[in-house]
Amino acid sequence: MALLKPGTVRILCICTLALFVTGCSANWGWYVVDPTTKTGMSNLMFLLGGLRYTILLSVTAILISIVVGLLVALPGLSNNRYLKLFNRTYVEFIRAIPILVMILWVYYGLPQLGNIQIGVFWAGVIALALSDSAFQAEIFRAGIQSIHRGQYEAAQSISLNYTDTMRFVILPQAIKRILPALGNQLVYMLKMSSLVSVIGMQELTRRANELVVTEYRSLEIYTILVLEYLVLILIVSAGVRWLERRMRADERG
Amino acid sequence: MREKAIVTQVDDAAAAAPIIEMSGVCKWFGEFQVLKDINISVATGEKMVVCGPSGSGKSTMIRCINRLETHQKGRIVVDGTELTDDARNIGAVRGEVGMVFQQFNLFPHLTAIENLMLGPVRARKMSRKDARERAEFYLERVHIPEQADKYPGQLSGGQQQRVAIARSLCMEPRIMLFDEPTSALDPEMISEVLDVMTELADSGMTMICVTHEMGFAKRVADTMVFMDAGEIVETADPGTFFGSPRSDRCKRFLQQILGH
Repeated sequence: MALLKPGTVRILCICTLALFVTGCSANWGWYVVDPTTKTGMSNLMFLLGGLRYTILLSVTAILISIVVGLLVALPGLSNNRYLKLFNRTYVEFIRAIPILVMILWVYYGLPQLGNIQIGVFWAGVIALALSDSAFQAEIFRAGIQSIHRGQYEAAQSISLNYTDTMRFVILPQAIKRILPALGNQLVYMLKMSSLVSVIGMQELTRRANELVVTEYRSLEIYTILVLEYLVLILIVSAGVRWLERRMRADERG
Repeated sequence: MREKAIVTQVDDAAAAAPIIEMSGVCKWFGEFQVLKDINISVATGEKMVVCGPSGSGKSTMIRCINRLETHQKGRIVVDGTELTDDARNIGAVRGEVGMVFQQFNLFPHLTAIENLMLGPVRARKMSRKDARERAEFYLERVHIPEQADKYPGQLSGGQQQRVAIARSLCMEPRIMLFDEPTSALDPEMISEVLDVMTELADSGMTMICVTHEMGFAKRVADTMVFMDAGEIVETADPGTFFGSPRSDRCKRFLQQILGH
């Protein structure tokens, strides 16, 4: 599998080594997450259990934000003044709201608007997806604008309509170009999902916080937390790079 | 030598009804007028070659015919359909008109045969099997059936342009427009593209070619058009055009491109 490159493995080795060395100092108390003891093991499993929610939350949010981002980007590329205005307003407005504020507004604010009840998970997904969609819209706009006008003209000259032109000619090329930026957003999303801990989502950060409250070993627990994000993101980066290589392999002679 | 009939003067009523007619067409880019009162009439099966210095409006003129550019004044009628803002009319005209571009404009993420199949499958709602058969037929016609599964980036310029011609032919148009099809090619690849165009002309296709390949023009054209500064300066059959051009501008232009 191409996911675990020598570079990735090396980074992980260095981190483990650093942990081992620091672990020998008297200030550390690794017993709290020592898998050979019963409590240590259960603490560790508790922390790792958050991985599921972090991944589920981030992936759902990024998928929604990509779709919303594309739907916001397309009007911005039209010649219609009002469609453009919609695009600019959406992007500028959403982009101006800090993610934490968005989470609080969706979870605590929105339900008071009507008599709606939003669960923690979906509040987190909505807030993250909304925030990210403004950036996705800009990424898509840049990607689509980078495609040469001749591609549209060729598509028109073989009678393709707008939807087919976008779907079969423009977007496949645009997405290939914006793949690094999309990968970036996914990494960003994984990190920003930690903010959803403030409304009680049982993801990585929340679980670490809860464990710190009962065990008082913040140094070790937060170090584990750092490593969890690190591993997750290294895997995602490797995955994105693999995808880029695969998509590029097509055209080269 | 092929007989050069001035098709516009054929008095048979059916043949005389022009398939493309532009009358009084004007176009501006901002303040700048690129087309000044353009009048042309192309009969079915006629081959028209348009030449002139760069910036004279040749490309803009033929791009108006399938509405890649919009004209602001005058009338353009293609096969009985007038080009207006009406999307249905534009669709109808584009269905009849194929276009070949200077920069090929192949879709780089699709193989040659996929480039050819996209229009028939999506716009003509053909089955993939039928579209593939048709695509193979036209790749054969441009003499590169063996390149079907290559991506445009793996083909030479001449091969790419031939794929682009085949892509247009796959839509089975009644008219083909060529916008400087050999200007972006290395010299050794020009003839393979011109050969394909000549074969197409011999098959009876109605063609308008913007090109500076005067050998090709002499061989193929029924009508020569010379444009300068947005106007049609001279329209004549090739014999008259190359033998005794009337205007000074046309004489000077011909001297420059035939002189070396």
